Amino acid sequence: MSDVVEKTLTALPSLLSLDSQPGSAKLSSTSKLGNLIRGITELASKHEEEKLIQRELTSIKEQVSSPNTSMRQMKELMVRSIYCEMLGYEASFTYIHAIKLAQQGSALEKRVGYLAVSLFLNESHELLLLLVNTVLKDLQSTNLIEVCMALTVVSQMFPKDMIPAILPLVEEKLNHPKEIIRRKAVLALYKFYQIAPNQVQHIHNKFRKALCDKDPGVMTASLHIYLQMIQENPEGYKDLAASFVTILKQVVGGKLPMDFNYHSVPAPWLQIQLLRILSLLGKNDQSTSEIMYDVLDESLRRAEMNHNITYAILYECVKCIYTIHPKSELLEKAAKCIGNFVLSQKINLKYLGLKALTYVVQQDPKLALQHQMTIIECLDHPDLIIKRETLELLFRITNAQNVTVIVEKMLEFLRINKDDYTTTDLVGKVAELAEKYAPDNEWFIETMNTVFSVGGEMMQPDIPNSFLKLLCEGFDSEEEDRKLRQFAVDSYISLLQGEPGKLPQRFLQVISWVLGEYSYLKEELESATVLRLLTKLLDSKNTSSETKSWVLIAMTKLCAGGAGVSVAQELSEAYSSSLDTVLRQRAQELQHLSQDSEIRARVLSRDGLDSLEVDSSLSFLDGFVSEALAAGAAPYKPPHQRQEELAQSKALSLEPYGLSLPISMSACSITDRQSPTLLSISSGLSGDSTDLSHKGGSTTLKLDGVKRVWGKEGYLAQRELLEEAAHVEMPSPLRSPIQQGEAEGSHSQTPTPTPTPEPEQEKQQLASSLFVGLGSQSSVCLMGKSELPPQRFRRKAKSPGSSSGSSELSSNSTLSPPSTVDNLLCNNLLDSNTPSELDVPSPEPPPQLSQDLSTANGTCDVELTDTDLKESEPTLIRDNGVLATEDLDKPRDLCLSSHLPAELSGLCCSEITHLCSHQSLQLSTCHVQRDKSVVLVVFIYNSSDSDVQQILLKLDSDQLEVLCVCESPVKEVRSDSVAVCQYTLTVRRPSVHVEVAGMVSYMSPSGTPQSVQFSCKLPLTSFIRPLTVSTEEYGAMWLEFSNDTKQNLTLIGDGRESLTATLNVLKKKLQLHVVEIIGMEGIVACRLLQDHPCLMHCRVHAGTLAVWLRSPVADLPDCLIYHCQRALQEH
Amino acid sequence: MMRFLLLFSRQGKLRLQKWFTTYTDREKKKVIRDMMMLVLARAPRSCNFVQWRDLKIVYKRYASLYFCAGLETQDNELLSIEVLHRYVELLDRYFGNVCELDIIFNFEKAYFILDEFLMGGEVLETSKAAVLRSMEDADTLQETMEEYMSKPAY
Repeated sequence: MSDVVEKTLTALPSLLSLDSQPGSAKLSSTSKLGNLIRGITELASKHEEEKLIQRELTSIKEQVSSPNTSMRQMKELMVRSIYCEMLGYEASFTYIHAIKLAQQGSALEKRVGYLAVSLFLNESHELLLLLVNTVLKDLQSTNLIEVCMALTVVSQMFPKDMIPAILPLVEEKLNHPKEIIRRKAVLALYKFYQIAPNQVQHIHNKFRKALCDKDPGVMTASLHIYLQMIQENPEGYKDLAASFVTILKQVVGGKLPMDFNYHSVPAPWLQIQLLRILSLLGKNDQSTSEIMYDVLDESLRRAEMNHNITYAILYECVKCIYTIHPKSELLEKAAKCIGNFVLSQKINLKYLGLKALTYVVQQDPKLALQHQMTIIECLDHPDLIIKRETLELLFRITNAQNVTVIVEKMLEFLRINKDDYTTTDLVGKVAELAEKYAPDNEWFIETMNTVFSVGGEMMQPDIPNSFLKLLCEGFDSEEEDRKLRQFAVDSYISLLQGEPGKLPQRFLQVISWVLGEYSYLKEELESATVLRLLTKLLDSKNTSSETKSWVLIAMTKLCAGGAGVSVAQELSEAYSSSLDTVLRQRAQELQHLSQDSEIRARVLSRDGLDSLEVDSSLSFLDGFVSEALAAGAAPYKPPHQRQEELAQSKALSLEPYGLSLPISMSACSITDRQSPTLLSISSGLSGDSTDLSHKGGSTTLKLDGVKRVWGKEGYLAQRELLEEAAHVEMPSPLRSPIQQGEAEGSHSQTPTPTPTPEPEQEKQQLASSLFVGLGSQSSVCLMGKSELPPQRFRRKAKSPGSSSGSSELSSNSTLSPPSTVDNLLCNNLLDSNTPSELDVPSPEPPPQLSQDLSTANGTCDVELTDTDLKESEPTLIRDNGVLATEDLDKPRDLCLSSHLPAELSGLCCSEITHLCSHQSLQLSTCHVQRDKSVVLVVFIYNSSDSDVQQILLKLDSDQLEVLCVCESPVKEVRSDSVAVCQYTLTVRRPSVHVEVAGMVSYMSPSGTPQSVQFSCKLPLTSFIRPLTVSTEEYGAMWLEFSNDTKQNLTLIGDGRESLTATLNVLKKKLQLHVVEIIGMEGIVACRLLQDHPCLMHCRVHAGTLAVWLRSPVADLPDCLIYHCQRALQEH
Repeated sequence: MMRFLLLFSRQGKLRLQKWFTTYTDREKKKVIRDMMMLVLARAPRSCNFVQWRDLKIVYKRYASLYFCAGLETQDNELLSIEVLHRYVELLDRYFGNVCELDIIFNFEKAYFILDEFLMGGEVLETSKAAVLRSMEDADTLQETMEEYMSKPAY
């Protein structure tokens, strides 16, 4: 096809001059647009073009505003102005005429009008409001083409606030006899769902109808909505899994009309959409996954034709197979499939192969081993994209043994890379790896130096922050800390002695902080030297004023003693007249602190920051504030309140409630720069589901991998690539003795003793240093051949609620590649000499439980000392954290409610739910709502004949504060009896559901220690109580609260009583207090235990209930609105 | 979901732009400029996928015209290449041996075809016949109207 185009284009010049040529008949060459286009083509310079267009625009302007211009002419003018806009010239004067054309033109002119509107305006343009009426009219038109056009423009761009106005009409179109209209209506609703999800909530059952539509096209369209909804809440749509599987089966089996084929592949778009949905539904869900194994197998089998579209399906299939609950047969096939991608000569497929590898490599590191030679070739690929993707893959397989080589490769890439976004991302990854796996201080500091100098201003600010934090908080050993800091100081001094002008500002800031803080650690280093270097920085033209203030702070720390003081005086004089107030302040500080050594010692103690306490409520200002208030100052108002009052005072706000949520995800995410560490966490999550059975299953060492790939013809044949590979840098032997050893070891064991050519040898060495410790790790440990170096920078435990950077870090370490977890497991296994245990498949632990490495360790211990191996299989699974909530097959007809403590009986009590069972113990729970608290009751039932002793029940929760009620906790449970524990719960951080995780440990009758974990969820509503306030009090409180949410809810019933009816439902279900109902408005109040009020203002508007919630607690309004919605839906 | 679709020539002239999510004019200009810089600089026979910020860019060259789409991370690149290809097929069917000039002179038609094919960044109609049918429907209308008003425009 492209050849044809090429041919046509070679004839371009002749076409332009000769209108009579056959192909040009359809080019409207005589039209004004034709003239314009031709005119532009003939021009030589940009300047001339500009002149011509300006002339054109003036003439268009004249004509559009003339009253004599017909709609037909207007259409022509509109096309011309679209053209001008496309060339980059503004024609905003035509916008209003475009809307007019859409309004008044006949079908075809209307179409151009709509097109112009959709090209000129965007969703938030104010002129768009003028289009609403036209759209409404066209949606009601009897002309199908007009309806189609209206639906198209609606899905293209429509003001969010106006959606309710047309929603009923669009909904109606779901029942239209023409399938094209139904299809467009579904896609329009999809668009609404994206920009304002809460507004289409009530039509969920209509989506189901669309899914069952007799036209496959409508069904396909509805899948877009389902994909989105399932992404948000996979649990809610499990029942549809079987239907999706059936649909996919039919599609794959070729049951759809031929029309849907694309290059003789049946409905590929539909297939891929379904595969995506299935992978979401099957994730972490064995029973759902089992339904889809067959159809996935069939998809893999059918998609064998050598065409892009079949590869697209295969790729999606593979991803699905690796996402859902694993089945070994399928995994094998998928792995083979990935192999085909990776080894393909087509570069696109190779790229996707790498992507797929990256996706699966944490589950199946052996796969990376198989393809290691290809990966190394890709590392030197001329196309940067391939290179970049390879690094991403390497990032995923990094461990303590290969970190130096991989980081070196990444830094190499960073030096040639020009794209800022990639730099930011990669720099973050290098920093993450360096922190996690650094083999020694020297390497760590040097790597971070490169990170800072390459990353420069593009780096995420959390990188230098967490680096400094790491330095200052230190690790477990004092001595190590000192060495690290000393090394940093050394390295920075030599950098400053070089050419500091070339270093990025951020780096200079880091340097000055470190020098200020730690240069005293180097005794031979005189502070005068450091001061001199810093002064040089201050004098440099390139240093920004922010950096200068960092430098001044560092100097303040250093200026003690004779020479320092005079330098300080000089500088502070120079800068105390600076225009920059921050600098001036720093200069003042420097001046005063350098003179008064006593204050200095107090302010800048060397004990570090731990002793510092920050008064976040600024209570020391209280006196000042009250004085000011007494003197007649206005009280402080938070910004949003000020804004609101401003809006109110302007008085023209006709619509106090936004009709929709203000944030459109899709719209804002392009500008969002996610932190690279965050990105890597989220992408790492999928890989977190480490399955031991894949890794530990075979004991083949990585040497096998080397050998196998070595023999492949594909690799040996590529001579020119080999030459390039000769440049591949060797891992420096000084830095990584371990790797070197590994490399040599593997080399000597290669069964082909014939000397390999030089470049290949290098490649092989690179391979063995890159892929060391992968997959084979566990087996290496088992045989006791090597020990992994311990993770170097293990942070100290930190107080919760520290900066986000640190919490990211801690989660990073738990999400790290299998090595750490494996290591723990393996060490334990090694101790007890039961290596076969590794083969027991252990399902993925739910994330909240797996986080606690020490727990995993502990349970493992327990398991191994357990002599009763017959029972160990199920218990191992349970101990790994899978909750046995479904494990209800045992008869459980004991009446637990009779065991409820007397003081709690008669109160509102939830259903008693089964938590978990372990051997003879069964745990159940319920919660009781008291006036001022919520009590969680845990029943422990011992069904065996013997007593169970040393029971220890621990509850813990992020969101709740858990207090044990009874003073003496339960110690033992006699045979066939129930023990009861009570806990009072208080909400620390509101969330829609709060979760309590717990662990019970006990001594089984046979005398072995046991432990089980469980968790239970409570809805937030259990913590909600009515709040009795008067309308006046309500008014006063309303203004004080800062967190708010607005949303529209569906009304119950209609007519005048609907407000009362709706509020009554809410009152009954959620225990709210209805303060007052005035006409169409109502105010409601409640509190979250103990005393966090939340106020709710409701108004009936356009058939919905516009609700506005306010509270002093951050997430409370959002959580409450969720429960309100649920309550009304259930009603 | 496709975020945007751009058609531009080897010389860096924009031929068609379609935005499926909201961008301000400044962002649009930036995206267009970046895409041209990124895509036009690619060597022939290199990978058709590029990473740009948090988007995947899929591009394909047909003669002197580049088709370039911005995708979200979870989208399937190969499938999108086929979306581009299907669009070219549709243009080809409609114009008969389509060339860049057809798209330059009749760009509004190219937009209409695109609207019948993609909606809100997702494929609306995969059947070639159906897209062309709805185009024809609209065109018949146009022809009757043009016959009706066959007098000169001004």
